[in-house]
Formats: sequence, C-alpha cells, structure tokens
Amino acid sequence: MNTLAEKYFDDIQAVLEKYPADQKQSAVMPLLYMAQREYGYVTKQAMQEIAEILDMSATEVASLVGFYSLYYDEEGGKYRVQVCTDLSCALRGAEEFLEKFCENLGIQVGETTPDGLVTVEEVKCLAGCDKAPMFQVQTGEGLTYYENQTEESALKQVERWRIQEDVG
Amino acid sequence: MSELLLLRHRVIPEIDNLTVYRQNDGFQPFHQVVTSMQPAEVVDIVKASGLRGRGGAGFPTGLKWSFVDKNAWPHYVVANADESEPGTFKDREIMERNPFQFLEGVAIAAHAIQANVAYIYLRGEFWKIARQLERHIAELHAAGLLGDNLFGTDYGLQIYTHLGAGAYICGEETALLESMEGKLGQPRLRPPFPPSYGLFGKPTVVNNVETLTSVPLIIEKGADWYRSFGTDQSTGTKIFSLSGNVNKPGNYELPLGATFRELIFEHGGGVPAGREIKAIMPAGASSSLIVATEQALDTPMDYESVPAVGASLGSASVIVIDDSISIPWLINKTIHFFKHESCGKCTPCREGNYWMVHLTDRINAGEASWEDVELLQDVASQIKDKCFCALGEFSIEAVLSGIERFPEDFRQRTAAAPTKVEVDQENPE
Repeated sequence: MNTLAEKYFDDIQAVLEKYPADQKQSAVMPLLYMAQREYGYVTKQAMQEIAEILDMSATEVASLVGFYSLYYDEEGGKYRVQVCTDLSCALRGAEEFLEKFCENLGIQVGETTPDGLVTVEEVKCLAGCDKAPMFQVQTGEGLTYYENQTEESALKQVERWRIQEDVG
Repeated sequence: MSELLLLRHRVIPEIDNLTVYRQNDGFQPFHQVVTSMQPAEVVDIVKASGLRGRGGAGFPTGLKWSFVDKNAWPHYVVANADESEPGTFKDREIMERNPFQFLEGVAIAAHAIQANVAYIYLRGEFWKIARQLERHIAELHAAGLLGDNLFGTDYGLQIYTHLGAGAYICGEETALLESMEGKLGQPRLRPPFPPSYGLFGKPTVVNNVETLTSVPLIIEKGADWYRSFGTDQSTGTKIFSLSGNVNKPGNYELPLGATFRELIFEHGGGVPAGREIKAIMPAGASSSLIVATEQALDTPMDYESVPAVGASLGSASVIVIDDSISIPWLINKTIHFFKHESCGKCTPCREGNYWMVHLTDRINAGEASWEDVELLQDVASQIKDKCFCALGEFSIEAVLSGIERFPEDFRQRTAAAPTKVEVDQENPE
C-alpha cells in the first residue's frame, strides 16, 4: 500500500501540476516534505513510496535526503530547535546562547530531551543575522523563526510547547 | 536616508496589500509591458538602466535577458530566493514586506523573455514566506493580473513557488536548476549557460529577488531616472545587509557608491562602545577581509571601488568586525561553513575545506605552530582557481586575506605551541 499516494492524493496532484508532465521528478522535494509531515521523518518506506509515485529509484530519493539538511532519516524531538551559530550570529552571542540553552535543557547539541519534546541542533546561516541570537523551529507542520532571543525567552517557549503537548 | 526603491514598505507600510500596492501604481508597468510594449523594448530599457545582478555576481541584467535563445522553447524565469550567504538577509525582507513589487518584477521579466511559467526557488527555511507568496499569487489570479489571456492579449503567465531544503550551494544558479529538477544541488559545467540551456534543458533566466524587485520602477520611471541613483558603472540603489559588531544591524537601502563609513557609522551607529573597528567583510562569509583603515572606510561601495581595496561587493552583506575578535577564530567559522556546504562534486573544494577545517581548528585552539599557518596558506592557494564553481573559490577568500592582512593575530595564536608540530601528511588530524 502506498500511504502517501492515497492520503495525499490531491496534494500530490497539485504539486505535479506545477511542472511539465515529463518532469515528475521535480516534485520529489515537496513530496519529501509531505513524508516528513506524515511520519515525522523520512522513513525507508516513505522513500520507496515517493520513488514509486515519481518513477525514481529509492536510492535516488535516499541520496536527496542525505544531501539536503532539512530532511531527516531518523526520528527526533517533536520540535527541532535549530540555532544558527554562523559568523554574524556568533558575533552577537549565539554560541553562548546555544551552550546555556542546552545546559538548561540538560542535553548536548544534537540530542533530544528525554520526553522527546525538543531536539537542539546547531545550523548554518538562516538569514536572520541582524536579529541574533535566533533559531528556527522545524516540526512536521513547517518552520517558524524565533529572533532576538535570550536564554529566558527560549526556555519560556519550550515551556509553552510542553504545556501545549500535555493538553493535547 | 535616500529615496527607497526597494524597501518601500518603510514609507508605505501596507504595500504588502494588493489594493495599496495598486494605489501606488503597482502593476501599471506590467500592464503597459503586456499591452503596449515589445519584449525587446523592455530588455533595452533594463539594459539602458545599467541594472546589475544583485545576488553577488553583478552581471548586467538586461544583457542576461538578451542572451535567451529564441530558437528553443518554452522559456522560463526562475527567481533565486535561496538567500543563504552568511550575513545576507535582504531578499527575505523584500518578500515579506514588499512582495507584490517582487512578483511584478518576476512577471515583467517573464514577459520580456516570453516565458509563460516562472518559478520562485526559495530556501526551505523560507517556508512561511513561500506560503505568503502563494496567497499573494492567488490574489493576483483573482485580480486578473496572472493567468491566461492577460489584459485581453494572448499572453499568459503562471508563477509557482518551489522550496529547497537546506543547501547553500543551490544559490549557484545551475545547482539551483538541478535542485528544481529533483536532483542533488550540484553545479553544472558551463557553458552552456542557462539562457541557452537552463531549467528542463530550456532557455532560462535566473535572477536574484532584489534584481527582479528593481525592475517595475525602472519600467515605470525609465532608465535615466534609475541612472540618477548610484554611480556611472554601478547604477541604482542596493540593499546593504549590515551585521556583526555594530550597534544597529539591519538592512539599509542606499545608492551604490555610498561609503562603508556612511553605512557603518551614520546608519549602523558604529561599533559597540569602547571598541574599535578592525575589519570589514563586504560580501558575507565569501568575502576577503578588508583592514578597516580610514581609507577603506571612505571607499564607495560599488562594483568597481570595492575590488580596489582587495575585496568584492558581492551581495553587499557587510559584516563588521571589531578589535575584540581574533581573525583565526573568524576564519575557523567561515571554513566550518564552507566545509558543511561544499556539495562534494569537485575535489579541491570538498577535500580542501576538510583540510582547512582541521588546520583552522588547531590554529584557533592555540595548538598549532606557524608552520601550520603556512600549510593552511598552501592548501588555500592550491584550492584557488581549481574549483568547479564559485563556492569553492569563495571559501579561501577570508583565509588568504586573513593571513596576509592580519598576520599578528596568527602569530599570537601560534606563539604558545612548540615550533615544530609533527604533522602526518596522510592524516592531518
């Protein structure tokens, strides 16, 4: 059974319509985002499903997951907090921010909190250089920017997610 | 502040509303182009305006449009919204706050090369902006400004968004096209250039967001009006993304030819109290480091003057470095960036940046000797002019200029280490 093809039939058709009929492969990146929304990360099964839909090989799909940094092939926290520590952000204290943020959460960069809520990652430039420290939060639903952050504001945000998830 | 041609939302706050944009003559230029101008006329006006690509390369925009092969069809326009150069955040502000002027620029470019489909390739991180643009595109369809038979003519245009997924290299136009085709974002061998062989193998113009956003007013007010801003060779205004050790970081739109001093001190409020300006990177992480002398500060920021002080204008992402910063730390940062973002296609970039990461890690940690600095210089020099695309070439700019122009910083970092460190050439680590 091809879950993506069935569950996202209309969405997939809408994506395919953007490209010439003989250029189906152009839809692979949007479909990978759909897979991530469905499964939380791009599973082996999802790669197979996408490959079937687009007449590609599963290996080709897997190579794209490896190449592009916003796709994941393993499970992480529900909220992936991605802190930019590139040059401009580092000049505004992003490295100290990241260190203290992780310390407060009791995890190292790249790790997930024991409750599975938050994974913290260090990433490259996000085009938010004038509003550092800043991070983006990636969930299956999409991406949100949080700018001009302090340790306190970031921890408060984590608390809000925690409450939200408990209620949900 | 001089007249704003791009960041117009700062004077017309609701310009992201289509009604407000149209009240300010928005989509008049596009209407005029479609109903009463020949594509070649539009190309000629853009040529005459002197507009040059704002993504970094500074290539004349009208000339690029004129290269499109008229014997192969269909044609495509692709807007490069993959803004990923460390220190650059201008396209984001344009698309968030003045989106219709950008979309009108895309539409005019499409008509100029007779493309019926245009794509906007946004970096994956701009997910929200892509959603907003899609809503705006739907509004344009509803208003009869996009779609088939525009203004009663035979001409029709569709604009679609396409999200990348985190790869700096996709800002390189041929890597971007590969990525749009659902492949690894790795650059193509050029020639052929995109205007003859681009997206899906068809003639394609790839233009940066800021470039396209400059176009509607050029059509509305004319090439001479546009040339009244900036210098002879570098016409018009440019958005300077100012970041780093500066009191008021942000985007500043100024005529090309404004000086570093004006940007950093008049607009940016200078460096934090008690510190001195030490270096400037005018083109983000891809930039050479300029020593911030009085003469450098008085240099006009345009395509001709910046090379005269040993760097290039690029996308004009000006990173300010003060005297609290050590240059070995800084180049370690930029090299980590390039190592992470190297697409792996060519050996000098892939392996060279790997080597440079190890060397700069050690130098920055104070565990290296001066010989390692020389080795770093040697590795960087061997990368130079041997890379497949500009990304690899950019990776060494800060390294070579940093060592050459700030040798004291490297002497200090290497002073503590033994004079001779055994370096296993097979295993630099």
